[in-house]
This record gives sequence, C-alpha cells and structure tokens, in this order.
Amino acid sequence: MEETLTHGKCSALVIGGSAGSLDVLLEIFPNLSTRINFPIIIVTHRKAGNDSLLADLLKNRTSLMVREAEEKEKLLPGYVYIVPADYHLLIENSHTISLDYSEKVNYSRPSIDVTFQSAAEVFKKELVCILLSGSNADGVEGLKAVKKYGGLAVVQDPQTAIMPYMPQQALNNAKPDVILDSLKMAAFINELINK
Amino acid sequence: MIIDAIDNEQVDTLLNDVLEAHGYDFLEYSHASIKRRITRLYTLDSFVSFAEFRYAVKTDKKYFKRFLEEITVNVTEMFRDPTFYKSLRNDVLPALGTYPFIRIWVAGCSTGEEAYSLAILLKELNLLNKSLIYATDINPSVLETAKQGMFPLNYLKGYSENYVHSGGLKDFSSYYAANYSLAKFDEALSSKMIFSTHNLVSDHSFNEFQLILCRNVLIYFDKDLQHKVFQLFDNSLENLGYLALGSKESLDFWPNAKNYKRVKSEKIWRKL
Repeated sequence: MEETLTHGKCSALVIGGSAGSLDVLLEIFPNLSTRINFPIIIVTHRKAGNDSLLADLLKNRTSLMVREAEEKEKLLPGYVYIVPADYHLLIENSHTISLDYSEKVNYSRPSIDVTFQSAAEVFKKELVCILLSGSNADGVEGLKAVKKYGGLAVVQDPQTAIMPYMPQQALNNAKPDVILDSLKMAAFINELINK
Repeated sequence: MIIDAIDNEQVDTLLNDVLEAHGYDFLEYSHASIKRRITRLYTLDSFVSFAEFRYAVKTDKKYFKRFLEEITVNVTEMFRDPTFYKSLRNDVLPALGTYPFIRIWVAGCSTGEEAYSLAILLKELNLLNKSLIYATDINPSVLETAKQGMFPLNYLKGYSENYVHSGGLKDFSSYYAANYSLAKFDEALSSKMIFSTHNLVSDHSFNEFQLILCRNVLIYFDKDLQHKVFQLFDNSLENLGYLALGSKESLDFWPNAKNYKRVKSEKIWRKL
C-alpha cells in the first residue's frame, strides 16, 4: 500500500474520529493549504452541549472557514463543517446537509458510519474519507461503503493513534486504500487539491 | 444495513404508493433521511426483494402501520436542551401567565416527553390549571404511548439531570411512580393534555395558540415543506404568541420571518 496514490477529482473529504482524534485534528489543521477547493466535513463523537468548542479550536488553527454544520445548508469548497453534537449528518444529492435525530448508531450520534455512507452514495468515486483514532468500531461500515462506491478510504496508522482500536478494526475489515501516519495527514490532504 | 439495497427511484416509487394507497405524503421529506429510514426498515425486516417490500407496504394494513412507525423518527427526551427549557420557564411561560387561558400545541409530540416536560413547568409556575396542551403526531401508535405517560425507567436519571440543568428545583422523582421498568407520570399532568393525530403536511390549522412547540420535526422536511409548515403555524398562532423550534432549526429563511422576533439566543420566536 502506498502513501501517495493517484486519484481523480476530490469533491468532498470527510474525517471521522472518536477518542484520541482531537490531537490529530489539531495537528492537521495548521498545516492545511488555503487553496483547498473541496468541502471538509468533520464527524467526531463528543458529548452533547459542547457544541461550538471544536469549531472554535479548529478555527484558530486555519484560515479556512470553519463552522458548525447547519441544516439544509449547501456544502461549499474550502469550507470546514463540524457535525453538531447529538445529530447525525446526511448529505442530499443536491449537496445540501440534512441533520437527523434518529436512533444512535454504534452507540453514537453523530455516527461516522451514517455520514460516510451518505457521502459515499452522493459523491461516489469523488469522495475521500479518513478514519482516525477511536475506541469503538464506528466508521468501519462507512469505509466499506466508500470503497463500494469507488471512493478513497484512508485510515490513521493504528500505531500512531492514541486509541488504535477504531483504525485497526477498519484495517482488518474494510481494506482501506491508504494507511497514514498522523504527521503525514495534512500533506496528504493538501495533495487532494484539484488542479 | 445494506446501504444500496434500495435506489432513489425505488424510494420515489414507494412514497408514491404510500400517498396513493394510504394518503400519507412523504414526497417532500428530506430525501437522504427518508431513504435511510426505508433502507433500514427493509434490512431490519429481511425482505428479499423490493417488489415484496413494496407489495407489503401497499397492501398489508398491518405492515403499513409498522412502516409508518419506523419511517418517522420517534426519538425524544424530557427536558432536552436544558437551556431551552430554562428560557421557556423564565421568559416565555411567565408572559403567557397573564392570559386567562393558555393554549399550547406540541406538534410532532411523538411519545410525549416534551408535552410532559412542559406540563411540569406549567405546574411549577402555577399555570397548569388554566392551560391546555394539544399534543399531536402523524403516528397514532406513539400517541397511545404518550397518553399512558409511562417512560422507560432507565432514561429517568438523564431526564432528571436535564430537569435540574433547566432550572428545576423540585425532586424530579415526585412527578412519577416507578413501576417495574417504567416510570408512570402523575395524571394531574396528562389531565391537561389532548392527544390527536395531525399531519403537518396535509392537515390544516385547528385552533389558535399562544405557544407552538415543534422541535426536531422540520429537519426531516425539505425547504419548501418547511415554509408551508411555518405558514400553518403562523395561521395557528395568536399575535404575541411564541413559536419554539429544535436547536438546529430556524425561521430565518422563511419570507415572513420579519414578523417574528427572536427570544434571546434560544430557538424561540415571538409573533409581532
């Protein structure tokens, strides 16, 4: 498996993570290029009520626009959307956001699987999904869906993850295309910029 | 869940059948959410083909009842978003206290947790006696649960914490009696509730209210349908009445929103 992979257009990037993923995000964000020309969606497990905290943390580390995802808003290139606590985020064919307060999936709301699957159906081979550190198996089914629709499935190298369980499950079950050291994540994302 | 078990055209076919055979219109629901609900049900009930699923939904009344229950989202909580309930307690309900009679509509009440939360607030403000809560939902089965006022006991710890965070000062357990795995809420609360089916998509305004609560229902509707429902609420709300939405819902892009004023930072608007 190679770390750099030739691929086609990137229309959306979704990053999912749970316990231990915040450190990676804080590492990635200062190094993201301002020329990023696709939307980035961040799905992380966290407690309800701390809504704007993650958005604020990331906002201070990038000049990309970072915001909490709003219901029915259209995904725009160069924007970073944080999935709000306690809602699932789905994507419509029109590239607008639908929030959903249905049952938890993998004991989680938001669930990484739900957003990965929904994005896979819409963006198909123009989708890149990255699964970071975490201690449950949310995201594994989602990565399978990404692969099924021809998108690029990426996992954080479990050896560099604070909680290796989640990326390891993906490695064992979803046959990801790329395994990335957390330090090389930002460079990888910058490589996705559409020329 | 087999995510590609049902494609977009099949979703449309099914929803058209549902409208024709049963009179329920889901065509203006957010597509991604309803497709996921349908795929989930199809997988859960182990159908082997779309044709078989379609036939059951179209012709089997008993199965359609299940379809309706599962396709709509009935997840709810008592005192969900405590700061919202704090604002109801401190800003909204006291303003309604000056009326001789208070009419409230909980639209899309599901199993009733929000209606009971509201009744508790009214009781603590000594307004319950002159209030009437109309709790409606598209789905008759959830209303049966709501009428009973019995909620799973294992959720009560979380509800009690929400209640305290919303400014509740009483012992929350004084409102219910534990009965095996269920908490049965005081009938003094439900005695001020009227439960009825109402479909926000197709049914009209049926009264005038001073407060309409409709939380986490509109997120499942597309923009056009949301605007139609706002109009329905507008027709059902007295001047100076309040409209309360879910934490991710907003009146902002509705053309008549200019006639409403936001109450503090919560998703509550007052009709001017």
